[in-house]
Amino acid sequence: MIALRRNPAFLIGFGLVSVIAAFALFGPMLVHADPLAIDLAGSLAPPSFDHPFGCDALGRDVLARVLWGARLSLAVATVVVVLSLAIGAVIGGAAALGGGRIDTLVMRGVDIVLAFPGFLLAIALAAILGPGIFNVVIALGAMGWTGYARLVRGEVLSLRERDYVAAAESLGARPARILFRHLLPGIAGPVAVQATFGLGGVIVAEAALSFLGIGVLAPTPSWGNMLDAGRAFLLVAPHVTTAPGIAIGLSVLGFNLLGDGLAQLAGRRS
Amino acid sequence: MIRYIVRRLLQLVPVALGVATLTFALIHLVPGDPVVAMLGETAAPADVDGLRRELGLDRPLWEQYATFLAGLARGDLGESIATHEPVSKLIAARFPATLELAVAAMLVAILIAFPLGMIAGARPGGVADLGAMGFAILGISIPHVYLGPLLMILFSLQLGLVPLTGRGGFGHLVLPALTLGTGLAAILARMLRQSLVQVRESDYIRTARSKGLGEARALLRHGLRNALSPVVTLMGLQMGALLSGAIITEVIFSWPGLGRLMISAIGARDYPLVEGCVLTFALTYVLVNLATDVLYCVIDPRIRLS
Repeated sequence: MIALRRNPAFLIGFGLVSVIAAFALFGPMLVHADPLAIDLAGSLAPPSFDHPFGCDALGRDVLARVLWGARLSLAVATVVVVLSLAIGAVIGGAAALGGGRIDTLVMRGVDIVLAFPGFLLAIALAAILGPGIFNVVIALGAMGWTGYARLVRGEVLSLRERDYVAAAESLGARPARILFRHLLPGIAGPVAVQATFGLGGVIVAEAALSFLGIGVLAPTPSWGNMLDAGRAFLLVAPHVTTAPGIAIGLSVLGFNLLGDGLAQLAGRRS
Repeated sequence: MIRYIVRRLLQLVPVALGVATLTFALIHLVPGDPVVAMLGETAAPADVDGLRRELGLDRPLWEQYATFLAGLARGDLGESIATHEPVSKLIAARFPATLELAVAAMLVAILIAFPLGMIAGARPGGVADLGAMGFAILGISIPHVYLGPLLMILFSLQLGLVPLTGRGGFGHLVLPALTLGTGLAAILARMLRQSLVQVRESDYIRTARSKGLGEARALLRHGLRNALSPVVTLMGLQMGALLSGAIITEVIFSWPGLGRLMISAIGARDYPLVEGCVLTFALTYVLVNLATDVLYCVIDPRIRLS
Protein backbone atom coordinates (compact mmCIF):
# COMPACT_ATOMS: atom_id res chain seq x y z
CA MET A 1 0.00 0.00 0.00
CA ILE A 2 2.86 2.35 0.80
CA ALA A 3 4.36 1.53 -2.58
CA LEU A 4 1.05 2.43 -4.20
CA ARG A 5 0.82 5.74 -2.40
CA ARG A 6 4.19 6.77 -3.81
CA ASN A 7 3.04 5.82 -7.29
CA PRO A 8 0.67 8.54 -8.53
CA ALA A 9 0.99 7.28 -12.12
CA PHE A 10 -0.52 3.95 -11.11
CA LEU A 11 -3.30 5.50 -9.04
CA ILE A 12 -4.36 8.06 -11.68
CA GLY A 13 -4.03 5.52 -14.48
CA PHE A 14 -6.00 2.91 -12.58
CA GLY A 15 -8.68 5.48 -11.77
CA LEU A 16 -8.99 6.63 -15.38
CA VAL A 17 -9.12 3.11 -16.77
CA SER A 18 -11.72 2.06 -14.17
CA VAL A 19 -13.92 5.05 -14.98
CA ILE A 20 -13.70 4.41 -18.73
CA ALA A 21 -14.39 0.71 -18.27
CA ALA A 22 -17.41 1.56 -16.09
CA PHE A 23 -18.70 3.94 -18.78
CA ALA A 24 -18.25 1.28 -21.43
CA LEU A 25 -20.04 -1.34 -19.33
CA PHE A 26 -22.90 0.66 -17.82
CA GLY A 27 -23.03 3.83 -19.93
CA PRO A 28 -25.21 2.42 -22.71
CA MET A 29 -27.71 1.28 -20.05
CA LEU A 30 -27.89 4.68 -18.35
CA VAL A 31 -28.13 6.83 -21.47
CA HIS A 32 -31.27 5.81 -23.25
CA ALA A 33 -30.67 7.68 -26.49
CA ASP A 34 -30.28 5.33 -29.45
CA PRO A 35 -26.78 5.79 -30.96
CA LEU A 36 -28.17 4.94 -34.40
CA ALA A 37 -31.39 7.01 -34.31
CA ILE A 38 -31.25 9.60 -37.08
CA ASP A 39 -33.02 12.93 -36.55
CA LEU A 40 -32.17 15.34 -39.33
CA ALA A 41 -33.98 18.20 -37.55
CA GLY A 42 -31.34 18.01 -34.83
CA SER A 43 -28.40 17.96 -37.23
CA LEU A 44 -25.23 19.30 -35.56
CA ALA A 45 -27.28 20.55 -32.57
CA PRO A 46 -25.02 21.98 -29.85
CA PRO A 47 -24.93 20.40 -26.38
CA SER A 48 -28.28 20.70 -24.56
CA PHE A 49 -30.13 19.07 -21.68
CA ASP A 50 -31.52 16.33 -23.94
CA HIS A 51 -28.21 15.79 -25.73
CA PRO A 52 -25.40 16.66 -23.29
CA PHE A 53 -22.69 16.28 -25.97
CA GLY A 54 -24.85 17.59 -28.80
CA CYS A 55 -25.73 15.81 -32.02
CA ASP A 56 -23.76 14.83 -35.12
CA ALA A 57 -24.54 15.71 -38.74
CA LEU A 58 -27.32 13.12 -38.90
CA GLY A 59 -28.79 14.29 -35.59
CA ARG A 60 -27.55 11.24 -33.67
CA ASP A 61 -26.81 11.69 -29.96
CA VAL A 62 -23.03 12.13 -29.58
CA LEU A 63 -22.97 11.01 -25.93
CA ALA A 64 -24.67 7.73 -26.75
CA ARG A 65 -22.31 7.17 -29.66
CA VAL A 66 -19.24 7.92 -27.52
CA LEU A 67 -20.42 5.46 -24.86
CA TRP A 68 -21.14 2.71 -27.39
CA GLY A 69 -17.81 3.57 -29.01
CA ALA A 70 -16.12 3.04 -25.63
CA ARG A 71 -17.59 -0.44 -25.49
CA LEU A 72 -16.32 -1.19 -28.98
CA SER A 73 -12.86 0.30 -28.38
CA LEU A 74 -12.28 -1.54 -25.12
CA ALA A 75 -13.66 -4.81 -26.46
CA VAL A 76 -11.50 -4.66 -29.60
CA ALA A 77 -8.44 -3.65 -27.55
CA THR A 78 -8.92 -6.48 -25.04
CA VAL A 79 -9.49 -9.15 -27.68
CA VAL A 80 -6.54 -7.96 -29.79
CA VAL A 81 -4.13 -7.79 -26.87
CA VAL A 82 -5.17 -11.21 -25.52
CA LEU A 83 -4.92 -12.70 -29.01
CA SER A 84 -1.54 -11.21 -29.90
CA LEU A 85 -0.19 -11.94 -26.42
CA ALA A 86 -1.25 -15.59 -26.72
CA ILE A 87 0.30 -15.97 -30.17
CA GLY A 88 3.43 -14.06 -29.17
CA ALA A 89 3.90 -15.99 -25.94
CA VAL A 90 3.58 -19.37 -27.63
CA ILE A 91 5.94 -18.44 -30.46
CA GLY A 92 8.45 -16.58 -28.29
CA GLY A 93 8.36 -19.27 -25.63
CA ALA A 94 8.79 -22.04 -28.19
CA ALA A 95 11.76 -20.23 -29.72
CA ALA A 96 13.44 -19.77 -26.35
CA LEU A 97 12.79 -23.30 -25.08
CA GLY A 98 13.40 -25.00 -28.43
CA GLY A 99 16.69 -23.16 -28.87
CA GLY A 100 19.15 -23.74 -31.71
CA ARG A 101 17.73 -23.92 -35.18
CA ILE A 102 14.09 -23.46 -34.15
CA ASP A 103 15.02 -20.28 -32.33
CA THR A 104 16.96 -18.88 -35.31
CA LEU A 105 14.21 -19.74 -37.78
CA VAL A 106 11.38 -18.31 -35.67
CA MET A 107 13.21 -15.13 -34.79
CA ARG A 108 14.22 -14.46 -38.43
CA GLY A 109 10.53 -14.67 -39.27
CA VAL A 110 9.73 -12.24 -36.47
CA ASP A 111 12.47 -9.90 -37.73
CA ILE A 112 10.93 -9.80 -41.20
CA VAL A 113 7.49 -8.96 -39.83
CA LEU A 114 9.16 -6.34 -37.62
CA ALA A 115 10.81 -4.84 -40.71
CA PHE A 116 7.33 -3.46 -41.41
CA PRO A 117 6.09 -0.53 -39.40
CA GLY A 118 3.33 -2.27 -37.41
CA PHE A 119 0.52 0.04 -38.39
CA LEU A 120 1.44 -0.28 -42.08
CA LEU A 121 0.98 -4.04 -41.78
CA ALA A 122 -2.41 -3.47 -40.18
CA ILE A 123 -3.41 -1.07 -42.97
CA ALA A 124 -2.33 -3.52 -45.66
CA LEU A 125 -4.22 -6.40 -44.04
CA ALA A 126 -7.31 -4.29 -43.39
CA ALA A 127 -7.21 -3.11 -47.00
CA ILE A 128 -7.14 -6.67 -48.33
CA LEU A 129 -9.60 -8.18 -45.84
CA GLY A 130 -12.03 -5.27 -46.11
CA PRO A 131 -13.59 -3.25 -43.30
CA GLY A 132 -15.43 -4.71 -40.31
CA ILE A 133 -14.82 -5.37 -36.62
CA PHE A 134 -13.64 -8.95 -37.11
CA ASN A 135 -11.12 -7.96 -39.79
CA VAL A 136 -9.87 -5.07 -37.64
CA VAL A 137 -9.14 -7.56 -34.85
CA ILE A 138 -7.17 -9.77 -37.25
CA ALA A 139 -5.24 -6.85 -38.74
CA LEU A 140 -4.30 -5.41 -35.35
CA GLY A 141 -3.49 -8.85 -33.94
CA ALA A 142 -1.08 -9.44 -36.82
CA MET A 143 0.56 -6.14 -35.94
CA GLY A 144 0.88 -6.83 -32.22
CA TRP A 145 2.15 -10.38 -31.69
CA THR A 146 5.80 -9.78 -32.68
CA GLY A 147 6.47 -7.48 -29.73
CA TYR A 148 5.21 -10.07 -27.24
CA ALA A 149 7.14 -12.85 -28.98
CA ARG A 150 10.39 -10.93 -28.59
CA LEU A 151 9.66 -9.96 -25.00
CA VAL A 152 8.70 -13.49 -23.90
CA ARG A 153 11.68 -15.03 -25.67
CA GLY A 154 14.10 -12.56 -24.09
CA GLU A 155 12.63 -12.95 -20.61
CA VAL A 156 12.60 -16.75 -20.79
CA LEU A 157 16.20 -16.84 -22.01
CA SER A 158 17.39 -14.55 -19.23
CA LEU A 159 15.36 -16.29 -16.52
CA ARG A 160 16.73 -19.68 -17.53
CA GLU A 161 20.20 -18.47 -16.58
CA ARG A 162 19.10 -17.62 -13.06
CA ASP A 163 20.38 -19.78 -10.24
CA TYR A 164 16.97 -20.82 -8.96
CA VAL A 165 16.01 -22.25 -12.35
CA ALA A 166 19.33 -24.04 -12.65
CA ALA A 167 18.74 -25.40 -9.14
CA ALA A 168 15.28 -26.67 -10.07
CA GLU A 169 16.68 -28.26 -13.22
CA SER A 170 19.48 -29.99 -11.37
CA LEU A 171 16.92 -31.31 -8.85
CA GLY A 172 15.26 -33.05 -11.76
CA ALA A 173 12.16 -30.86 -12.18
CA ARG A 174 10.36 -31.57 -15.44
CA PRO A 175 10.27 -28.85 -18.15
CA ALA A 176 6.55 -28.24 -17.65
CA ARG A 177 7.04 -27.68 -13.92
CA ILE A 178 9.94 -25.29 -14.58
CA LEU A 179 7.83 -23.43 -17.12
CA PHE A 180 4.78 -22.99 -14.92
CA ARG A 181 6.35 -22.69 -11.47
CA HIS A 182 9.53 -20.79 -12.24
CA LEU A 183 9.40 -19.07 -15.60
CA LEU A 184 5.81 -17.84 -15.98
CA PRO A 185 5.68 -15.94 -12.66
CA GLY A 186 8.94 -14.26 -13.61
CA ILE A 187 7.76 -13.00 -16.99
CA ALA A 188 4.29 -11.98 -15.78
CA GLY A 189 5.46 -8.54 -14.65
CA PRO A 190 7.11 -7.30 -17.87
CA VAL A 191 4.34 -8.89 -19.95
CA ALA A 192 1.65 -7.12 -17.91
CA VAL A 193 3.44 -3.81 -18.41
CA GLN A 194 3.71 -4.30 -22.17
CA ALA A 195 0.12 -5.51 -22.47
CA THR A 196 -1.12 -2.41 -20.62
CA PHE A 197 0.68 -0.11 -23.05
CA GLY A 198 -0.59 -2.41 -25.79
CA LEU A 199 -4.22 -1.75 -24.82
CA GLY A 200 -3.68 1.99 -25.31
CA GLY A 201 -1.84 1.36 -28.57
CA VAL A 202 -4.63 -0.81 -29.97
CA ILE A 203 -7.26 1.80 -29.06
CA VAL A 204 -5.33 4.40 -31.08
CA ALA A 205 -4.72 2.00 -33.96
CA GLU A 206 -8.38 0.97 -34.15
CA ALA A 207 -9.42 4.62 -34.10
CA ALA A 208 -6.90 5.37 -36.85
CA LEU A 209 -8.08 2.50 -39.08
CA SER A 210 -11.72 3.53 -38.60
CA PHE A 211 -10.76 7.15 -39.26
CA LEU A 212 -9.15 6.10 -42.53
CA GLY A 213 -12.32 4.26 -43.52
CA ILE A 214 -10.77 0.77 -43.43
CA GLY A 215 -11.74 -0.18 -39.88
CA VAL A 216 -15.14 -0.13 -38.24
CA LEU A 217 -17.59 1.47 -40.65
CA ALA A 218 -20.48 3.81 -39.88
CA PRO A 219 -23.21 3.60 -38.69
CA THR A 220 -21.58 1.43 -35.99
CA PRO A 221 -20.21 4.06 -33.59
CA SER A 222 -16.42 3.97 -33.26
CA TRP A 223 -14.38 6.88 -31.93
CA GLY A 224 -12.31 6.82 -35.10
CA ASN A 225 -15.16 6.98 -37.61
CA MET A 226 -16.89 9.64 -35.46
CA LEU A 227 -13.77 11.81 -35.75
CA ASP A 228 -13.72 11.25 -39.49
CA ALA A 229 -17.39 12.15 -39.90
CA GLY A 230 -17.03 15.26 -37.73
CA ARG A 231 -14.04 16.62 -39.63
CA ALA A 232 -16.17 18.39 -42.21
CA PHE A 233 -17.89 20.41 -39.48
CA LEU A 234 -14.89 21.51 -37.42
CA LEU A 235 -15.85 25.16 -37.44
CA VAL A 236 -19.64 24.97 -37.12
CA ALA A 237 -19.83 22.01 -34.76
CA PRO A 238 -16.52 21.28 -32.98
CA HIS A 239 -18.40 19.28 -30.32
CA VAL A 240 -18.84 16.41 -32.78
CA THR A 241 -15.07 15.76 -32.87
CA THR A 242 -14.24 16.94 -29.35
CA ALA A 243 -16.11 14.18 -27.53
CA PRO A 244 -14.59 11.16 -29.31
CA GLY A 245 -11.18 12.89 -29.48
CA ILE A 246 -11.06 13.44 -25.72
CA ALA A 247 -12.36 9.91 -25.16
CA ILE A 248 -9.43 8.44 -27.13
CA GLY A 249 -6.95 10.77 -25.43
CA LEU A 250 -8.17 9.93 -21.90
CA SER A 251 -8.19 6.18 -22.56
CA VAL A 252 -4.66 6.24 -23.91
CA LEU A 253 -3.55 8.50 -21.07
CA GLY A 254 -5.11 6.07 -18.59
CA PHE A 255 -3.42 3.00 -20.03
CA ASN A 256 -0.08 4.82 -20.41
CA LEU A 257 -0.10 5.99 -16.79
CA LEU A 258 -1.19 2.55 -15.61
CA GLY A 259 1.64 1.01 -17.64
CA ASP A 260 4.16 3.48 -16.17
CA GLY A 261 2.84 2.70 -12.69
CA LEU A 262 3.02 -1.06 -13.23
CA ALA A 263 6.56 -0.73 -14.58
CA GLN A 264 7.51 1.15 -11.41
CA LEU A 265 5.94 -1.55 -9.24
CA ALA A 266 7.59 -4.37 -11.20
CA GLY A 267 10.93 -2.56 -11.09
CA ARG A 268 10.78 -2.11 -7.33
CA ARG A 269 10.11 -5.77 -6.74
CA SER A 270 13.01 -7.11 -8.75
CA MET B 1 33.51 2.27 -39.50
CA ILE B 2 33.43 1.72 -43.27
CA ARG B 3 33.52 -2.04 -42.74
CA TYR B 4 30.59 -1.78 -40.35
CA ILE B 5 28.55 0.16 -42.89
CA VAL B 6 29.40 -2.29 -45.68
CA ARG B 7 28.41 -5.20 -43.47
CA ARG B 8 25.09 -3.55 -42.65
CA LEU B 9 24.46 -2.82 -46.33
CA LEU B 10 25.02 -6.49 -47.16
CA GLN B 11 22.58 -7.51 -44.44
CA LEU B 12 20.06 -5.26 -46.14
CA VAL B 13 19.67 -7.65 -49.10
CA PRO B 14 17.93 -10.54 -47.27
CA VAL B 15 15.81 -8.11 -45.25
CA ALA B 16 14.65 -6.31 -48.41
CA LEU B 17 13.86 -9.66 -50.01
CA GLY B 18 11.89 -10.68 -46.93
CA VAL B 19 9.97 -7.43 -46.96
CA ALA B 20 9.15 -7.81 -50.66
CA THR B 21 8.04 -11.40 -50.11
CA LEU B 22 5.81 -10.49 -47.18
CA THR B 23 4.23 -7.66 -49.19
CA PHE B 24 3.59 -10.03 -52.07
CA ALA B 25 2.14 -12.62 -49.69
CA LEU B 26 -0.14 -10.04 -48.09
CA ILE B 27 -1.65 -9.03 -51.40
CA HIS B 28 -1.75 -12.45 -53.07
CA LEU B 29 -2.28 -15.00 -50.32
CA VAL B 30 -4.84 -13.34 -48.09
CA PRO B 31 -8.27 -14.87 -48.78
CA GLY B 32 -10.59 -12.85 -50.96
CA ASP B 33 -10.50 -12.27 -54.70
CA PRO B 34 -9.13 -8.81 -55.51
CA VAL B 35 -10.61 -8.92 -59.01
CA VAL B 36 -14.12 -9.61 -57.72
CA ALA B 37 -13.57 -6.94 -55.07
CA MET B 38 -12.59 -4.47 -57.80
CA LEU B 39 -15.44 -5.18 -60.18
CA GLY B 40 -18.13 -5.98 -57.62
CA GLU B 41 -20.03 -9.21 -56.94
CA THR B 42 -22.35 -8.68 -59.89
CA ALA B 43 -19.65 -8.36 -62.57
CA ALA B 44 -19.89 -10.58 -65.63
CA PRO B 45 -17.60 -13.65 -65.41
CA ALA B 46 -15.99 -12.69 -68.72
CA ASP B 47 -14.96 -9.29 -67.34
CA VAL B 48 -13.58 -10.92 -64.20
CA ASP B 49 -11.52 -13.36 -66.28
CA GLY B 50 -10.33 -10.55 -68.54
CA LEU B 51 -9.07 -8.38 -65.72
CA ARG B 52 -7.55 -11.38 -63.99
CA ARG B 53 -5.58 -12.18 -67.15
CA GLU B 54 -4.59 -8.52 -67.56
CA LEU B 55 -3.16 -8.45 -64.04
CA GLY B 56 -1.48 -11.83 -64.49
CA LEU B 57 -3.49 -13.28 -61.62
CA ASP B 58 -4.46 -16.35 -63.69
CA ARG B 59 -0.90 -17.64 -63.74
CA PRO B 60 0.52 -19.92 -61.04
CA LEU B 61 1.56 -18.18 -57.84
CA TRP B 62 5.28 -18.92 -58.16
CA GLU B 63 5.27 -17.37 -61.63
CA GLN B 64 3.55 -14.24 -60.32
CA TYR B 65 6.12 -14.09 -57.53
CA ALA B 66 9.02 -14.43 -59.98
CA THR B 67 7.57 -11.72 -62.23
CA PHE B 68 7.09 -9.49 -59.19
CA LEU B 69 10.69 -9.92 -58.04
CA ALA B 70 12.11 -9.49 -61.54
CA GLY B 71 10.11 -6.30 -61.99
CA LEU B 72 11.20 -5.07 -58.58
CA ALA B 73 14.85 -5.53 -59.50
CA ARG B 74 14.29 -3.20 -62.47
CA GLY B 75 12.30 -0.76 -60.34
CA ASP B 76 9.13 -1.78 -62.15
CA LEU B 77 6.17 -2.10 -59.79
CA GLY B 78 3.53 -2.69 -62.43
CA GLU B 79 0.73 -0.46 -63.61
CA SER B 80 -2.05 1.29 -61.74
CA ILE B 81 -5.45 -0.17 -62.58
CA ALA B 82 -7.19 3.17 -62.21
CA THR B 83 -4.90 5.42 -64.27
CA HIS B 84 -2.77 2.88 -66.23
CA GLU B 85 0.32 4.85 -65.26
CA PRO B 86 3.40 3.06 -63.94
CA VAL B 87 3.13 2.61 -60.16
CA SER B 88 6.77 3.63 -59.72
CA LYS B 89 6.07 6.96 -61.43
CA LEU B 90 3.05 7.69 -59.22
CA ILE B 91 5.05 6.84 -56.11
CA ALA B 92 8.05 8.91 -57.18
CA ALA B 93 5.74 11.91 -57.63
CA ARG B 94 4.37 11.62 -54.08
CA PHE B 95 7.39 10.45 -52.14
CA PRO B 96 9.10 13.86 -51.69
CA ALA B 97 6.02 15.25 -49.94
CA THR B 98 6.08 12.42 -47.39
CA LEU B 99 9.82 12.87 -46.89
CA GLU B 100 9.34 16.61 -46.35
CA LEU B 101 6.63 15.97 -43.76
CA ALA B 102 8.62 13.31 -41.92
CA VAL B 103 11.79 15.43 -41.77
CA ALA B 104 9.84 18.48 -40.60
CA ALA B 105 8.12 16.40 -37.91
CA MET B 106 11.48 15.07 -36.83
CA LEU B 107 12.81 18.63 -36.51
CA VAL B 108 9.75 19.65 -34.51
CA ALA B 109 10.26 16.63 -32.25
CA ILE B 110 13.93 17.44 -31.65
CA LEU B 111 13.29 21.16 -31.10
CA ILE B 112 10.64 20.38 -28.48
CA ALA B 113 12.25 17.32 -26.91
CA PHE B 114 15.73 18.65 -26.20
CA PRO B 115 14.86 21.75 -24.17
CA LEU B 116 12.07 19.85 -22.42
CA GLY B 117 14.16 16.80 -21.59
CA MET B 118 17.13 18.87 -20.44
CA ILE B 119 15.07 21.16 -18.23
CA ALA B 120 13.43 18.12 -16.68
CA GLY B 121 16.63 16.11 -16.33
CA ALA B 122 18.70 18.96 -14.88
CA ARG B 123 16.64 19.04 -11.67
CA PRO B 124 14.59 15.86 -11.35
CA GLY B 125 11.64 16.24 -9.03
CA GLY B 126 11.49 20.02 -9.44
CA VAL B 127 8.56 22.05 -10.67
CA ALA B 128 10.00 22.31 -14.20
CA ASP B 129 10.45 18.54 -14.28
CA LEU B 130 6.85 17.91 -13.24
CA GLY B 131 5.56 20.41 -15.79
CA ALA B 132 7.70 19.08 -18.63
CA MET B 133 6.85 15.45 -17.92
CA GLY B 134 3.18 16.26 -17.49
CA PHE B 135 3.27 17.84 -20.92
CA ALA B 136 5.13 14.79 -22.24
CA ILE B 137 2.55 12.28 -21.00
CA LEU B 138 -0.19 14.40 -22.58
CA GLY B 139 1.78 14.57 -25.82
CA ILE B 140 2.15 10.80 -25.90
CA SER B 141 -1.52 10.22 -25.20
CA ILE B 142 -3.11 12.57 -27.71
CA PRO B 143 -3.66 10.67 -30.96
CA HIS B 144 -2.91 12.15 -34.40
CA VAL B 145 -6.55 11.74 -35.39
CA TYR B 146 -7.53 14.24 -32.69
CA LEU B 147 -4.46 16.49 -32.44
CA GLY B 148 -4.71 17.29 -36.16
CA PRO B 149 -8.32 18.55 -36.08
CA LEU B 150 -7.62 20.33 -32.77
CA LEU B 151 -4.70 22.29 -34.26
CA MET B 152 -6.83 23.03 -37.31
CA ILE B 153 -9.60 24.52 -35.19
CA LEU B 154 -7.17 26.57 -33.12
CA PHE B 155 -4.57 27.90 -35.54
CA SER B 156 -6.36 27.78 -38.85
CA LEU B 157 -10.08 28.25 -38.32
CA GLN B 158 -10.02 30.47 -35.20
CA LEU B 159 -6.77 32.40 -35.50
CA GLY B 160 -6.33 32.13 -39.27
CA LEU B 161 -2.54 31.94 -38.90
CA VAL B 162 -1.87 29.09 -41.32
CA PRO B 163 -3.64 27.41 -44.23
CA LEU B 164 -6.05 24.58 -43.39
CA THR B 165 -4.92 21.88 -45.80
CA GLY B 166 -2.70 21.12 -48.77
CA ARG B 167 0.97 21.49 -49.50
CA GLY B 168 2.80 24.64 -50.47
CA GLY B 169 5.06 26.95 -48.52
CA PHE B 170 6.25 26.87 -44.94
CA GLY B 171 2.81 27.82 -43.64
CA HIS B 172 1.27 24.64 -45.03
CA LEU B 173 3.89 22.54 -43.31
CA VAL B 174 3.49 23.87 -39.75
CA LEU B 175 0.34 22.09 -38.58
CA PRO B 176 1.04 18.69 -40.18
CA ALA B 177 4.59 18.74 -38.78
CA LEU B 178 3.28 19.64 -35.30
CA THR B 179 0.63 16.93 -35.49
CA LEU B 180 3.15 14.30 -36.47
CA GLY B 181 6.04 15.55 -34.32
CA THR B 182 4.38 16.13 -30.95
CA GLY B 183 4.06 12.49 -29.93
CA LEU B 184 7.65 11.75 -30.90
CA ALA B 185 8.80 14.89 -29.06
CA ALA B 186 7.11 13.67 -25.89
CA ILE B 187 8.63 10.21 -26.11
CA LEU B 188 12.13 11.57 -26.79
CA ALA B 189 11.86 14.15 -23.99
CA ARG B 190 11.01 11.42 -21.50
CA MET B 191 13.92 9.30 -22.65
CA LEU B 192 16.38 12.21 -22.56
CA ARG B 193 15.29 13.09 -19.04
CA GLN B 194 15.66 9.54 -17.81
CA SER B 195 19.03 9.22 -19.49
CA LEU B 196 20.28 12.51 -18.03
CA VAL B 197 19.12 11.50 -14.56
CA GLN B 198 21.25 8.37 -14.82
CA VAL B 199 24.24 10.21 -16.25
CA ARG B 200 24.13 12.75 -13.40
CA GLU B 201 25.02 10.00 -10.95
CA SER B 202 28.05 8.86 -12.93
CA ASP B 203 31.67 9.21 -11.84
CA TYR B 204 32.77 11.42 -14.71
CA ILE B 205 30.12 14.02 -13.90
CA ARG B 206 31.22 13.94 -10.28
CA THR B 207 34.80 14.46 -11.48
CA ALA B 208 33.74 17.35 -13.69
CA ARG B 209 31.90 18.92 -10.77
CA SER B 210 34.85 18.48 -8.43
CA LYS B 211 37.05 20.25 -10.95
CA GLY B 212 34.83 23.23 -10.25
CA LEU B 213 32.66 23.04 -13.33
CA GLY B 214 29.17 24.44 -12.79
CA GLU B 215 26.25 22.04 -12.77
CA ALA B 216 24.91 23.22 -16.10
CA ARG B 217 28.28 23.09 -17.85
CA ALA B 218 29.12 19.69 -16.40
CA LEU B 219 25.87 18.31 -17.78
CA LEU B 220 26.16 20.04 -21.15
CA ARG B 221 29.84 19.31 -21.77
CA HIS B 222 30.08 15.81 -20.33
CA GLY B 223 26.58 14.55 -19.75
CA LEU B 224 24.63 15.30 -22.89
CA ARG B 225 26.71 13.32 -25.34
CA ASN B 226 26.60 10.27 -23.11
CA ALA B 227 22.91 10.69 -22.47
CA LEU B 228 22.28 10.89 -26.19
CA SER B 229 22.82 7.31 -27.31
CA PRO B 230 19.63 5.84 -25.81
CA VAL B 231 17.75 8.80 -27.31
CA VAL B 232 19.12 8.02 -30.78
CA THR B 233 18.24 4.33 -30.37
CA LEU B 234 14.72 5.28 -29.41
CA MET B 235 14.52 7.64 -32.38
CA GLY B 236 15.31 4.70 -34.65
CA LEU B 237 12.70 2.55 -32.95
CA GLN B 238 10.12 5.29 -33.35
CA MET B 239 10.61 5.65 -37.11
CA GLY B 240 7.90 3.09 -37.79
CA ALA B 241 5.48 5.09 -35.67
CA LEU B 242 6.54 8.25 -37.49
CA LEU B 243 5.86 6.74 -40.93
CA SER B 244 2.56 5.26 -39.73
CA GLY B 245 1.58 8.60 -38.25
CA ALA B 246 2.49 10.28 -41.53
CA ILE B 247 -0.19 8.24 -43.30
CA ILE B 248 -2.87 9.55 -40.93
CA THR B 249 -1.50 13.10 -40.89
CA GLU B 250 -1.48 13.23 -44.69
CA VAL B 251 -5.13 12.20 -44.80
CA ILE B 252 -6.12 14.78 -42.16
CA PHE B 253 -4.36 17.66 -43.91
CA SER B 254 -4.88 16.51 -47.52
CA TRP B 255 -1.10 16.38 -47.78
CA PRO B 256 -0.25 14.95 -51.23
CA GLY B 257 2.15 12.26 -50.03
CA LEU B 258 2.56 8.52 -50.25
CA GLY B 259 0.18 7.83 -47.37
CA ARG B 260 -2.75 9.59 -48.95
CA LEU B 261 -1.92 7.93 -52.26
CA MET B 262 -2.07 4.55 -50.54
CA ILE B 263 -5.35 5.24 -48.73
CA SER B 264 -7.04 6.45 -51.91
CA ALA B 265 -5.64 3.44 -53.77
CA ILE B 266 -7.17 1.21 -51.09
CA GLY B 267 -10.48 3.00 -51.58
CA ALA B 268 -10.26 2.48 -55.35
CA ARG B 269 -9.14 -1.16 -54.88
CA ASP B 270 -6.12 -0.38 -57.05
CA TYR B 271 -4.10 -3.34 -55.77
CA PRO B 272 -0.86 -2.88 -57.76
CA LEU B 273 -0.68 0.68 -56.44
CA VAL B 274 -1.46 -0.44 -52.87
CA GLU B 275 1.27 -3.07 -53.17
CA GLY B 276 3.78 -0.52 -54.43
CA CYS B 277 2.97 1.95 -51.65
CA VAL B 278 3.20 -0.67 -48.89
CA LEU B 279 6.53 -1.86 -50.29
CA THR B 280 7.93 1.67 -50.56
CA PHE B 281 6.94 2.48 -46.98
CA ALA B 282 8.47 -0.74 -45.67
CA LEU B 283 11.73 -0.34 -47.60
CA THR B 284 12.00 3.29 -46.47
CA TYR B 285 11.61 2.09 -42.90
CA VAL B 286 14.37 -0.49 -43.38
CA LEU B 287 16.71 2.16 -44.85
CA VAL B 288 15.96 4.68 -42.09
CA ASN B 289 16.71 2.01 -39.50
CA LEU B 290 20.05 1.39 -41.16
CA ALA B 291 20.78 5.12 -41.11
CA THR B 292 20.01 5.38 -37.37
CA ASP B 293 22.26 2.40 -36.66
CA VAL B 294 25.09 4.12 -38.49
CA LEU B 295 24.39 7.38 -36.66
CA TYR B 296 24.38 5.49 -33.40
CA CYS B 297 27.77 4.09 -34.18
CA VAL B 298 29.13 7.59 -34.92
CA ILE B 299 27.90 8.85 -31.54
CA ASP B 300 29.00 5.82 -29.55
CA PRO B 301 32.29 4.34 -30.81
CA ARG B 302 31.88 1.31 -28.52
CA ILE B 303 29.31 -0.14 -30.96
CA ARG B 304 31.84 -0.41 -33.77
CA LEU B 305 34.04 -2.81 -31.88
CA SER B 306 31.36 -5.35 -31.07
